[in-house]
Amino acid sequence: MIRVEGVSHSIGRTPILHDIDLTLAPGRITALIGPNGAGKSTLLSLIARLAPLQSGRITVAGLDVAATPTRDLARVMAILPQSLNVASRLRVEELVAFGRWPHHQGRPAARDRAMVDEAIEAFTLGALRHRFLDELSGGQRQRAHLAMAFAQETEWLLLDEPLAALDMAHARALMARLAALRDQGRGVVIVVHEINFAAAWADDIVALKEGRVMAQAAPVALFTPETLGALYDTPLRVEHFEGRPLVLNHL
Amino acid sequence: MARRLVLPLLALGLLAATAAYLLPGLGQKWQFVLSLRATRLGGMLVVGAAIAVATVLFQTVSRNRILTPQIMGFDALFILLQTALVASLGPVGFAGLPDLAKFLAELALLVGASLLLFGTLLGRGTEDVARMILTGVILGILFRSASGFLARVLDPNEFAVVQSQVVASFSRVNASLLPWAAGLTGLAILAALRMARQLDVLALGRAPAVSLGLRHDLVLSLALILTAVLVAVATAMVGPMAFLGLIVVALARPLAGTDRHAPLIAVSILVSCLLLVLGQTLFERVLARQSPLPAVIEFAGGLVFFFLLLKGRVR
Amino acid sequence: MRLWLALGLVLAALAVVSLATGAADLGVALGRDGSKAALIFWASRLPRTLAVMLTGAALAVSGVVMQQILRNRFVEPGTVGTGESAALGLLAVTLIAPAAPIWVKMAVTALAGLAGTALFLRLVRGIPPREVMLVPLAGLVWSGVLGAMVLHIGWQTDLLQLVQVWLMTGEFSGVIAGRYELLWIAGAAAALALFAADRFAILGLGEGLATGLGLKPAAVMRLGLVVVSVVTALVMATVGMVPFVGLVVPNITSRIMGDNLRRSLPVTALGGAALLLACDIAGRLVIHPYEVPVGTVLGVVGTMLFLWLLWRNPRHG
Repeated sequence: MIRVEGVSHSIGRTPILHDIDLTLAPGRITALIGPNGAGKSTLLSLIARLAPLQSGRITVAGLDVAATPTRDLARVMAILPQSLNVASRLRVEELVAFGRWPHHQGRPAARDRAMVDEAIEAFTLGALRHRFLDELSGGQRQRAHLAMAFAQETEWLLLDEPLAALDMAHARALMARLAALRDQGRGVVIVVHEINFAAAWADDIVALKEGRVMAQAAPVALFTPETLGALYDTPLRVEHFEGRPLVLNHL
Repeated sequence: MARRLVLPLLALGLLAATAAYLLPGLGQKWQFVLSLRATRLGGMLVVGAAIAVATVLFQTVSRNRILTPQIMGFDALFILLQTALVASLGPVGFAGLPDLAKFLAELALLVGASLLLFGTLLGRGTEDVARMILTGVILGILFRSASGFLARVLDPNEFAVVQSQVVASFSRVNASLLPWAAGLTGLAILAALRMARQLDVLALGRAPAVSLGLRHDLVLSLALILTAVLVAVATAMVGPMAFLGLIVVALARPLAGTDRHAPLIAVSILVSCLLLVLGQTLFERVLARQSPLPAVIEFAGGLVFFFLLLKGRVR
Repeated sequence: MRLWLALGLVLAALAVVSLATGAADLGVALGRDGSKAALIFWASRLPRTLAVMLTGAALAVSGVVMQQILRNRFVEPGTVGTGESAALGLLAVTLIAPAAPIWVKMAVTALAGLAGTALFLRLVRGIPPREVMLVPLAGLVWSGVLGAMVLHIGWQTDLLQLVQVWLMTGEFSGVIAGRYELLWIAGAAAALALFAADRFAILGLGEGLATGLGLKPAAVMRLGLVVVSVVTALVMATVGMVPFVGLVVPNITSRIMGDNLRRSLPVTALGGAALLLACDIAGRLVIHPYEVPVGTVLGVVGTMLFLWLLWRNPRHG
């Protein structure tokens, strides 16, 4: 369970988040959506303890992110930040192996090596494991990062706009992998702009607008013309396809 | 303030500054003092004008406002060539050359080398400007180190003499070379002013310039040659001054209020000379110090460069 | 795996050459007067060879650390102003408290180096990572500005000879037993970095990923700065500024075996020792029996390697 209680946040003198109260259930894919400047990435950073909390309280799997040692937090949540420009020249398996760091702190055991192999298998990186990251395509690189997060063996996975630089095929493949992780019992929180991916794959939607939670519900309930229209300040048509909402945001 | 007043005001200011430098406190041996001051003043005017125009030309050629020929290593190359000449002719043979012949030989070498080096660099690297600047800075270090290396190889005990060339100073202006330096500078500046219209077109970029019918590569090469000549004169006169041009042209652009080369060149020359003469007067008379003026300019200019570099890039 | 072995052998060979090279002919001395030869060996040759190797290894390692902190592969303490700030500190303490004990002077020098580097880090913090060339360029300009300050203070206080010859140009000709032992501390600082290799590698992944893996990026960065400042201060005070080793060796190592620091850092250390030793030997041989300072040799060799690294086409697209 991720609990956000009374969290407000300002960057400089600009208020970004106002008194956010939120509960995210594990074992589900939760999508944070909203217009630009709504505060989605900021909220995710606060949960991930990438930014210091200014007010309120956040607990992840019962651990207070402000009070718990960062190493312990690394064992309950793994983060995939927005920009993945790793300057280091690392091989795929070396990057994935870093995912085990919170567990072994530099002294890997047999279990750690086994987890690395499992992660490489799970993300079909076997053929690429000895290649350097900068020799891979963007989609392959992201898979490597996902494998690293997977190897971290955490209850929660937090992703900030992972679809932004991906083409259609890779975006779909990524969402399918996240669904597989969810089926294994992990919780996934993902910030997305592409609301149809959220509509098609997420179990739970949190809609943020101007730093406040406007709504939290399942896609079917939340993706209505009224709610979405109010969220994005623009009229939107919503159809349904195979039981899921389909937002005609390009029309 | 009306743009038309800028030039006359600057010229008047320069005249006043010159008088303030030359005239006060001449005392008994006034002929000697006056001739000494006149030499230094001549040096400042020539160097000021040369560096100003060289910088304007180079910034047009590289299409970049934070570059100067010195930053790209022109002056270090000049010193390296000097040292190389000494190495090949032997210290005695080199000292035996008449000043003028020596100077002209160095000049020819510098023009050739810089056309080769910087022409290639500018042709190849214009996409990644930062990499080009970085290369220039490294080349400067390379040339300086190579000079030091050669100097040590030449005569390990006497290398300090060559080392002293690293620090710029207005007191070592060579009176006998001054007329020639002034002549060369004057010719180069006249040539630049004649090319002013073409330089305006060059500044638009390769594609627009070519499509407007400019002989792009020729004009670029000519501008580079002029830059090399001017930098050589300045460096031979007083030594390397990396950031003077940067400060001067950065000040001159808003004063001139235009990017057209004719007024820009004129304003830059006046600003440069004014800065040098005023600064030198300040240090020599008011502060009564032996003139760390070049050091102060280097320091201030370096800071200006640093902040120009980061301006807009740092968020 | 075998790279470090090969490098180790090269280093050993260079060490032998270094022990045999110098103004005095050791072989002749050995023949004539055994005790004199022994004196030359133990008091001069061996300390010098050790000093060069320690310096090379320590500088190469601090180069790697700096590159991880700045997340940029074209930087090293010698090109972002660490050396120059340390020089300012050393000058200040020499002028203000010339009778202070050596450890006080070293501490002040290291602190000055740390302050100068921290200031630079602050100034370039906002540069986006894709502007790869901007950070090293800013570093070179910054160190140029600081260097001008150093030269000027030297000029003003009549210490110019000291500053130019002793501080700004690194050379090992003054190294004898009893004058170089501080470098062992530099070696120890570099060894510390070796132990924390994984942490530095993770730091280089980016603050987001590093935090996500449970690291405290700020703490690791501070450790890195301390290591870099200590090494720079000790090297500078003992032999002067030795540029470019920390830049070119890590880059070449990375090109060959990547940035998994746990494996590559020892190789980098060996490579740094070997490069510096080779340049020092060259400096001793080229105008034998006179010497060209290793700082000058590196000014030529190092810059050419830097240019090659800058302009070579990447191995991959």
